[in-house]
Amino acid sequence: MTAVSESLIQYERLERLTHKGHSVFFCNGLLRQFLTFLDFQERSFFVSIFNFAQRGKEGGFIMTGRHLIEPRDFTVEELEKIFQLAEQILDAPERFLDACKGKLLATLFYEPSTRTRFSFEAAMLRLGGSIIGFDDPNASSTAKGESLSDTIRTVGAYADAIVMRHPREGSAKLASESSHIPVINAGDGGHQHPTQTLTDLLTIRQEKGRLNNLTIGVCGDLKFGRTIHSLIRAMDRYEGIKFVFVSPEELELPTYVKEEIEQAEYVETRDLEAVMGELDILYMSRVQRERFVSEEEYLRLKDTYILNPEKMELAKEDAMILHPLPRVNEISVEVDKDPRAKYFEQAHYGMIVRMALLMTVLGVKEND
Amino acid sequence: MINVSKLKKGLVIDHIAEGSGYRIFRQLKLDQLEDVVVLMRNVPSQKMGKKDVIKIENHIDLDLEVLGLIDPHATINIVENGNRVKKIRLALPKRVEGILKCKNPRCITQYEKVDAPIFYLSDEESKTYRCSYCDSPTHFQGGE
Repeated sequence: MTAVSESLIQYERLERLTHKGHSVFFCNGLLRQFLTFLDFQERSFFVSIFNFAQRGKEGGFIMTGRHLIEPRDFTVEELEKIFQLAEQILDAPERFLDACKGKLLATLFYEPSTRTRFSFEAAMLRLGGSIIGFDDPNASSTAKGESLSDTIRTVGAYADAIVMRHPREGSAKLASESSHIPVINAGDGGHQHPTQTLTDLLTIRQEKGRLNNLTIGVCGDLKFGRTIHSLIRAMDRYEGIKFVFVSPEELELPTYVKEEIEQAEYVETRDLEAVMGELDILYMSRVQRERFVSEEEYLRLKDTYILNPEKMELAKEDAMILHPLPRVNEISVEVDKDPRAKYFEQAHYGMIVRMALLMTVLGVKEND
Repeated sequence: MINVSKLKKGLVIDHIAEGSGYRIFRQLKLDQLEDVVVLMRNVPSQKMGKKDVIKIENHIDLDLEVLGLIDPHATINIVENGNRVKKIRLALPKRVEGILKCKNPRCITQYEKVDAPIFYLSDEESKTYRCSYCDSPTHFQGGE
């Protein structure tokens, strides 16, 4: 324990650490490279020791240079730091116009995305930074057969941070293992989408005024919905959370996600109307055509739940409707006028929280 | 009854569940050793009825992760001058590296080369491990 914390204090020179007595890791200098070898519990443990050791030096938290692969890569306290910064940006965005001046963000999108990519690019540009990247892997070296690790190493030689979306699950973690600059996961297949979660959490925090004591309904495609998996992982760490999972049988939440719920209560149902009145938040999701092997199966399931004004009448007066967007027809357009519909505000919060995240991992401050 | 002489110096992997001895032999690549190695199968045992035993006439570095995975109830005796000097009880490893392979067809490890994929134990009873990349469960069958 002592040896570990001493090594971590001198992490710049960290070269070898034995792990559980029989594995040896080579870290070549940076804490974040070491952290990629650990599971989230171990990571939280080392990060907490490290933050403790560094307290007072950087206001108690070391977040510069860290990867964000899944929501639990940051502790609740660290997320709160990001949200506080986001709040400052919301209040006075002009103070941050040059915060990332001279910094370069690489956006590697191996899978189509408009929203997330635009959100990141807008965030970086609004901070005065620059962008390189691609949104069509056929136009990159991948088409020539280059491995993901090689691409990441090469891009790491040019940019200060990487944002990556990739159709394969676990790709962001693999990328982070070859990267000496921060890697931010912008979606890895049906697995995780942590910046959407930061968006969701900031929206809830700003609109509800709290992140605890909430009943959260999650409805639609819970099987392939990576935003949902990430949201559940993140919200499980706050007190007094109850989840209501609403889905057809074929699109139920995967067992591994349910097994990971440690603190929150949860119930599963097929009947959205029956639970509408209980919910503080209803998180709707799209049934994603691209995740289905069978078109027939997709067509059969896509319209299972449609949120319309009639269902909204059953909701609490202060309920909040969220959706990661894009929507197809799971929320009828009439609901948009309802003040409880917050999904377009959510998109704005998404850019703001990405600004705060980029500033945090790049270690930059507001304009001088 | 076949008699195998007592070891003077080496390792005895004892209390291996009946039938698992060969899997351990194969997974630990004991056929590649130049030392004397004996695999005994169906040895009568008071506790287990029948068990498998492996004796190795040298002190080699055993991969305890592999052993713990295949048979967490086996024991390892370290023998010096004909006497047991240490007994190691195995347990199902919390973390395995380079032994399991992810079965999720959407996992990045199916497409990119990963030297030693890491898995974390998620359920001891069913020997379920989760891929450190995609979180998908893998049940260890012993044939990996």
